[in-house]
Amino acid sequence: MLSRIAESLFWIGRYIERADDTARLLDVHVQSLLEDPWAEEDLACRSLLSVMDCPPPPPAEPVGRAQVLATLAYDRESPAAIAGALLAARENARRAREVISTELWEAVNATWNQLPAHLDPSRPHEYFRWVRERAAVVAGIVDSATARDDTWRFLVLGRSIERADMTARLLTMRALAGAGGPTWSTLLRSCGAHEAYLRRYRGIDSDDSAAGFLLRDQLFPRSIVHALAEAEACLSVLGPPGERATEDAARMRLGHARTSLEYRPLRDVLDRLPAKMETVQRACSAASDDVRARYFPSRATTTWVGEAL
Amino acid sequence: MADLFDDYPAGAAWDEVFDRTGAVRPAYAHVRDTLVQMSEPELRGRADALARSYLNQGVTFDFAGEERPFPLDVAPRVIDGDVWDTVSPGVAQRVRALEAFLADVYGAQRAVADGVVPHSLITSSTHFHRAAHGIEPPNGVRVQVAGIDLVRDEVGDFRVLEDNVRVPSGVSYVLSNRRAMAQTFPELFAALRIRPVSDYPRRLLAALTAAAPAGVDDPTVVVLTPGVFNSAYFEHSLLARTMGVELVEGRDLFCSGGRVWMRTTQGRRRVDVIYRRVDDEYLDPVAFRQDSLLGSPGLMTCARLGTVTIANAVGNGVADDKLVYTYVPELIRYFLGEEPLIANVDTWRLEDPGALEEVLDRLDELVVKPVDGSGGKGLVIGPAATAAELDRLRGRLRRDPRGWIAQPVVQLSTVPTLVEDGLRPRHVDLRPFAVNDGENVWVLPGGLTRVALPEGELVVNSSQGGGSKDTWVLGGVPPGRSGRVTEHPQSVPVGSSVPIDANPDDTRAQSMQQQQSGTTTASSVLDGATVTPC
Repeated sequence: MLSRIAESLFWIGRYIERADDTARLLDVHVQSLLEDPWAEEDLACRSLLSVMDCPPPPPAEPVGRAQVLATLAYDRESPAAIAGALLAARENARRAREVISTELWEAVNATWNQLPAHLDPSRPHEYFRWVRERAAVVAGIVDSATARDDTWRFLVLGRSIERADMTARLLTMRALAGAGGPTWSTLLRSCGAHEAYLRRYRGIDSDDSAAGFLLRDQLFPRSIVHALAEAEACLSVLGPPGERATEDAARMRLGHARTSLEYRPLRDVLDRLPAKMETVQRACSAASDDVRARYFPSRATTTWVGEAL
Repeated sequence: MADLFDDYPAGAAWDEVFDRTGAVRPAYAHVRDTLVQMSEPELRGRADALARSYLNQGVTFDFAGEERPFPLDVAPRVIDGDVWDTVSPGVAQRVRALEAFLADVYGAQRAVADGVVPHSLITSSTHFHRAAHGIEPPNGVRVQVAGIDLVRDEVGDFRVLEDNVRVPSGVSYVLSNRRAMAQTFPELFAALRIRPVSDYPRRLLAALTAAAPAGVDDPTVVVLTPGVFNSAYFEHSLLARTMGVELVEGRDLFCSGGRVWMRTTQGRRRVDVIYRRVDDEYLDPVAFRQDSLLGSPGLMTCARLGTVTIANAVGNGVADDKLVYTYVPELIRYFLGEEPLIANVDTWRLEDPGALEEVLDRLDELVVKPVDGSGGKGLVIGPAATAAELDRLRGRLRRDPRGWIAQPVVQLSTVPTLVEDGLRPRHVDLRPFAVNDGENVWVLPGGLTRVALPEGELVVNSSQGGGSKDTWVLGGVPPGRSGRVTEHPQSVPVGSSVPIDANPDDTRAQSMQQQQSGTTTASSVLDGATVTPC
């Protein structure tokens, strides 16, 4: 497969997952601000912005839901926002048009076409639901109608790395805000994990088990450990591009991040949650760079240097 | 400017929004101002959004073979926090008294010996079950969940209309109403401090767990439903889902070796607490109706052995018998030594001397109810009944005075409700839910407000074509957060946030297109047309 195509596939996976996760996160964020009369809106919004790598405004200005939504939901320029991620996913799909199935292309393209109609700031919930549905359509086509060849693997690799990264950001948000921030059940709901969690732990809420569930549940696909393991599995099948390559930097990084969560007492991880989550995010980011360096090496632009005679 | 409250008629009943002079009551000020600013199409648009959301969630009921969304009115009902803080202890008090009464009925019957209630009152109740005598609940709780129906009378005072301590239903609508309303009216939720209701499943599970047989460390709780065809199946599944427990039907359970088990793919698993949503009569074909397929044979034996807790307890119906209702104020004084905080509606016991004659004489101005009916079944409103109906009723009352009670017609309070003509006053009642975990009785803020949609209609039961409203209790002190020592905010150095990556090609694409658009004239970057290389 062409490196350029593979790179587009990788990013389709990442962008769609990002739109999905951000929509879930914001939906629950907004809902919990509305349902909980004692929520500290300013604090919650600030921690969300900083976790999502958006500079929060100076402390004097109160930050509200409207601003968070404008920055993370409706901004079409920023790839960190839902609208921007959907646009970027479509651009990448267009570049890989000849290898992705028509169904997949239409799903992504239709999402892009329908986007303007859903950018209504007065109905955020419906927008988020629509985004989740579209992401589910794309994911469903990827899973049911894509051959398990490298096309699929690059899509899933991108998706898994993004998923681990976003779940780590979510957990950071909780740690940053402390007890005044969103509750664990809010976070679980934003991953769509609340009901799975309740069934696993039979409704006995405890902060540790909730954090443990999102960090390293073996069965729930949005837990960090599960997502990292899935990315590793893709990488191991993708294999070395050159025969003599013996070291797989991306796999090493992801595997290291995963094992440092998996084979460590939960208490240790929770005590230093923000630092641990930053490690995961950095590992994801670095792995993404490694994947690029390894499989999409076209980054090095050829420059012609006139030889001085 | 014409608004939705134009021509809002003042009625005989207490209106919760407008006082007698037409001024807005303080609790409603903000809601009313918001609604006034909306045009009618906008409000109807929100109503449609509510209905659509309910169709998607499956919050529906079956109407002539068609799924209809459960009617949720767009205009909320608002209760001032100060008012609620007088209602909620009254509800809890009532539950404590009924709890003590039930323990007495199925135990020593001191209240009978002391002459507070006649013995015949208990033994003649349809829902008094001898099979429940001597079953001691492990933590002394028989009423894990209660729904106490309240109404507001002509002067705005809350009064108890009836008690439900068997299987009170409707709490799922409180939870889903709140969710749907928060999505539909974000601006109101942002401006008002509305007490949350989402704690209910956790409280219920804690109460059920606390009721487990002694010596069980990690009790298995299940919700027992009659099945998918039951009208409250949505509620059963919602409660099981939000508590994270199994939803079982009678056929999933069996009794063996004095214990209750459920059939699972991993073999049998012991069941410790059954939150049953099946009526007493159907629970155990050995003890009750032999033709019942909804229960499981042997449940009562296991309950008697103390290996399983059935919640709410069997035989609770004796406490919500409507004739017993008339004794509840005395029961509160007798068992708790307190004065009732919420009064009953005045009621005639037809067996009292002279009462039957008076009631028969004034039948056309009274409401008559069967004592064991629920859901408005068999109820006759005198002023609305025909002469022939009243004649038939007189005959029935004479034959069975124990089976009926009579009350004056209470003009239930009204709240604006969206109907064909706009917002119009409609009668409402309120069912707060109380959860008893054995240590204290917790009352869910608000509860289910049911509204009678036809004009002037006073029967608000949902099985009689009623709708519902989200009930907002405003303000109050924030509950202590579960803040632990380890939970203090952990700070992260500024600037350590990890950047969100993007495909470098995406940022370069524009410059590439710009280079090419120099050579093509027609295509632009914005319309997304593919640029053909020359």
